[in-house]
Amino acid sequence: MSLAPDSAAALDLRRQAEGAAQALPPLLVAAEHLAAAVQMGGHGRRRAGAGEDFWQYRPAHPGDEARFVDWRRSARSDQQYVRDREWQLAQSVHLWVDAAASMRFSGGGDRPEKGARARLLALALAVLMIRAGERVGLTGPLAPPRPGRAQLMHLAGLLSSPAAAGDYGAPEVAAVMPRSRVVFLSDFLGDPAPVAAALGALADRGVSGVMLQVLDPVEEDFPFDGRTIFESMGGSLRHETRQAGDLRARYLARLAERRDRLAQLAGQAGWQFSTHHTGAPAQGALLWLHGALGRGR
Amino acid sequence: MWMIGPLGFGAPWLLLGLLALPVLWLLLRAVPPAPVRRRFPGVALLLGLTDEDQQADRTPWWLLLLRMAAIAAAIIGFAGPVLNPVVQAPADGPLLIVEDGGWASARDWPRRVERITDALDEAGRAGRPAALVLLSDPPPVPPVFAPAEDMAAALPGITPRPWAPPVPADPAAILPEGRFDTLWLSDGLAHPARADLLAALSARGNLRVWEPGTPVLALRPARIEDGGLHVTVLAATAPGAPPATTIEVAAIGLDPNGIERDLARAPATIGPEGLGAAVFDLPPELRNRIARFEIAGQRSAGAVALTDDAVKRRKVALVAGGAAREGLELLSPTHYLRQALAPSADLLEGGLADVLLAAPDVIILADIADLADLPEADRLAEWVEEGGLLVRFAGPRLAAAQSGADPLLPVRLRAGGRSIGGTMSWGEPRRLGPFPEGSPFAGLDLPADVTVRAQVMAEPAPELAERTIAALEDGTPLVTRAAFGDGSVVLFHVTANAEWSSLPLSGLFVRMLERLAISARATPPEAGDLAGVTWVPARLIDAFGRLQDAAEAPGVDGAALAAALAGAGPGADLPPGLYAAEGRAVALNVIGPDQVLARASWPASVPVEGAVTPQQTPLKGALLLASLVLLLADILASLALSGRLRGPRAGIAAALALALILPATGAEAQMTAAPSDAPRMDEARAIAAAGNVVLAHVITGDAETDRIAAAGLAGLSQVLTRRTTVEPSAPMAVDPETDDLALFTFLYWPITADQPAPSPMAYARLNRYLRGGGMILFDTRDADIAGFGAATDAGRRLQALAAPLDIPPLEPIPPDHVLTRTFYLLQDFPGRHAGTSIWVEAAPPDAEQAEGMPFRNLNDGVTPVVIGGNDWAAAWATDARGMALFPVGRGQAGERQREIAYRFGVNLVMHVLTGNYKSDQVHVPDLLERLGQ
Repeated sequence: MSLAPDSAAALDLRRQAEGAAQALPPLLVAAEHLAAAVQMGGHGRRRAGAGEDFWQYRPAHPGDEARFVDWRRSARSDQQYVRDREWQLAQSVHLWVDAAASMRFSGGGDRPEKGARARLLALALAVLMIRAGERVGLTGPLAPPRPGRAQLMHLAGLLSSPAAAGDYGAPEVAAVMPRSRVVFLSDFLGDPAPVAAALGALADRGVSGVMLQVLDPVEEDFPFDGRTIFESMGGSLRHETRQAGDLRARYLARLAERRDRLAQLAGQAGWQFSTHHTGAPAQGALLWLHGALGRGR
Repeated sequence: MWMIGPLGFGAPWLLLGLLALPVLWLLLRAVPPAPVRRRFPGVALLLGLTDEDQQADRTPWWLLLLRMAAIAAAIIGFAGPVLNPVVQAPADGPLLIVEDGGWASARDWPRRVERITDALDEAGRAGRPAALVLLSDPPPVPPVFAPAEDMAAALPGITPRPWAPPVPADPAAILPEGRFDTLWLSDGLAHPARADLLAALSARGNLRVWEPGTPVLALRPARIEDGGLHVTVLAATAPGAPPATTIEVAAIGLDPNGIERDLARAPATIGPEGLGAAVFDLPPELRNRIARFEIAGQRSAGAVALTDDAVKRRKVALVAGGAAREGLELLSPTHYLRQALAPSADLLEGGLADVLLAAPDVIILADIADLADLPEADRLAEWVEEGGLLVRFAGPRLAAAQSGADPLLPVRLRAGGRSIGGTMSWGEPRRLGPFPEGSPFAGLDLPADVTVRAQVMAEPAPELAERTIAALEDGTPLVTRAAFGDGSVVLFHVTANAEWSSLPLSGLFVRMLERLAISARATPPEAGDLAGVTWVPARLIDAFGRLQDAAEAPGVDGAALAAALAGAGPGADLPPGLYAAEGRAVALNVIGPDQVLARASWPASVPVEGAVTPQQTPLKGALLLASLVLLLADILASLALSGRLRGPRAGIAAALALALILPATGAEAQMTAAPSDAPRMDEARAIAAAGNVVLAHVITGDAETDRIAAAGLAGLSQVLTRRTTVEPSAPMAVDPETDDLALFTFLYWPITADQPAPSPMAYARLNRYLRGGGMILFDTRDADIAGFGAATDAGRRLQALAAPLDIPPLEPIPPDHVLTRTFYLLQDFPGRHAGTSIWVEAAPPDAEQAEGMPFRNLNDGVTPVVIGGNDWAAAWATDARGMALFPVGRGQAGERQREIAYRFGVNLVMHVLTGNYKSDQVHVPDLLERLGQ
């Protein structure tokens, strides 16, 4: 395992590391399994260039080397044709998976935590990207984008590492390379200002990307009633009400407002935004993510 | 004990706790329900939202009320409330238990025993000695008091007697010495000795009377009126109780197979005076079979009325010699016989050949001589030897005949006879001499005016004296009798009309016929009829109305029997039952023909307890249960109020609430549903199943197996729809317990090793289904690991499941079975496994090779079961898009196997629907030949 410390200094540290590493194969296997549902090729650039795949036949211009002429095609007519290949360019993709306490929430025993679903989606997307020859990394400085399966193990290790402190996370975008692509996976229930700031900073660097809001169905429905004290997962926020049922309409209005704001932010920055519920299968979200990354190109 | 109305409290001071309820109200009201703490990331969006409802937190009034009610119920419950408490003064001194113990006590004997046991237990706890007196069988010496425990031990040996309690000469003689308290268990009937005994008992101490409120029912003996059997029902109802309205009376006897059963039933409506009549109008054959009448559902000797000869009517054939002379009715040889027998016997008249066909009990020949010359003589002799009673009367023709040739005469007759007291003779007409001892006529009164003027004479012979059963005063035989085979021949030496004697004019003639068991008794037997004979009991009735063989019972004197019949009733030395002597039977019933039942009345000073007094009901348990239920409801309500009742918890809570509410209504529904045996099938399903061909599978209880079976039948239905004209509807899951199997033509029954067996009713339904032409395909689904048989769990289970089914002998499917060619031509029948053969109903052993055809002539019969283990459903199973669910075999060969499996399914359904139609191919050559012509 790539995470196993090579020094045997502290047995304790090693045990912890192995415990963490044990989570990797299942996560990676689940991610590979999920990724297998998506049939994909390389990220074609939809224009002629250096690449593997056939793009088009075009009449030969003066200046084309003779070795580029496709003789088989040319023999069918009087003209010479050149076989163009699609321009394929490896792309850098940065992933940010919110690891804050709020992502540890699950509203029902049969549903995964939001964070688990987000990590699964991120890693599955990474599998797809790596398979397509892209370079994948995290937004943080720990994992700059690299190609190859070794990077997958590295990413899996980082994604499985213990959660960050704090109730709500904010994206860290300092290490994002210019003109790369970014994927944000979070519930976006915290303060939207850091997200807006991050989007602004990234837009300045010519970075576009995708935001996927991962929510539990309970957060979407607010099926509470009676006298209730609501606490955030970390315990830093609390709100007491005598009639939780009365708050439902206003909560839903605020949630919709938040979503509108996020969509608006994304639109301004040229990003894609969508919402995924942990009650639904992950395949749909993965397809959307994959498609959205393709669309934004 | 402290009483409020009918309610008493064991610990009334606990009720003071009710005073604390208002305080509790205030306390509970101030404390609102505790809030729920909930982790919720969306709280960030909630910040700043305020509650719209600003009212102070308070427990809602209805919840308060619920809790108050729960606590009040608990307080009252612990205070020990009792409804209708029995407040008894402590008693000491000995306890005498007096039990009537007659036939009327038998109807509720277990309750009486229970009451006596209670009384003895109570006395035992108080250390009081006790004694028991059975009035129907009074002890010869006054009983002594013994410890109550000993009495209780002896209690099971005490049974009621099948007669009414006799009148004791001195009531005090059967009572113990000294003072004592008395518990008198009365049977509820008035009794002549009751007043005396009551006074004697009251003089000795406290007297309590226990008397059940149920009416006493009894039957008088049956009698014949206007050709019908009338049975009178007597009823003595308690003053307060409503009179019993309609009572069913059953006539019980042996059926032609010798099995005792209800021959007829008739209702009797009880009038206000306590009398009702059941009328049976039955053919004589049936009526003569009746052995007794019973009130349906009553267990007591009084509810049984034995029948005897009084209701038996014999078939008597009268055959007279010579043509009847017009206008001279009184001279007709059979006139007096007809008059004597018509009220009590069924008469046949006609030629000897005709009446013999009717198999009469008795044939009376009036003055017919020369029997040997008659063509029917042999048959008549046969009839006598088989048990018939032939009675012959003399007359001029018999007197003139040469009797030596006549075989059917008890004695040889002298030719000519004699005439006494006529104009040409000396002497007076002769009177009858006394009947000899041992004669069936013994004991009959001799009227003085019966004289005989002429008679036929018997030749003296050694056996003449023993064959004479009636003689004149000079000793010449008047009636002689001799046995022939099982039957007997009786000869009256006089004519049947009044020409030779005045016997037919007297009442003695009728009695003599009765004694000869020719006619049934129309009136109750009188002392004279019974006297002089020892009557042996044949069957005796016990107090519960059961008939018992009286093997060791001694015979009784006729006079005593006559006295009992006349109204004294049965007693200890003359138990009720059927008494027999000399071919006659007399029934001594508990209830005489004129008896009436009267309800016992008690003076107001005597406390009477019985079924009508209210039961003592402790309410503590019910109140505590109510309190518990209320507290449970409070838990649910509190949870609902504080928003904790969500998700699965809400479902559990709803189920709990339903379980609390439903038991009463559910039990009621079961009560109404239980009697109906009919399958309770949903109507819409039944219509769907009946509207089209539907393949069905039996629910195994294993969800996966059922799913595969449903998918398999769906796949087979698709194939059938595509390839054949059979277009089945969507397959159904069938539960043989509830569904009406008649609506299905084909059942697929996968066997799992742990499948529960259907109930007996379901088996009956399955058997009816198989007999009605249905087919079941049993599939053990184990062909890849075992052959058919007991080698696997599923195989063993199949044997156990199918054992109660009516399955004919089976054989492995022969290659010429019609299943191989109902639609496709098939040689093997694979499913997901291409393993073993399948088993079908065995062909008849005499099946022959059809001429010119490669199969035997096997017409008729669709095999009701097909048994195999190839897991067909899995091979047929498709999903909603028509894709196969399970792999079969490998590659192309596997697809081929699946195809053959489908073809087997098609053939099977075709076999079910068209039967042996394809077997009719044996006739093809004939048809072709016919077409050629």
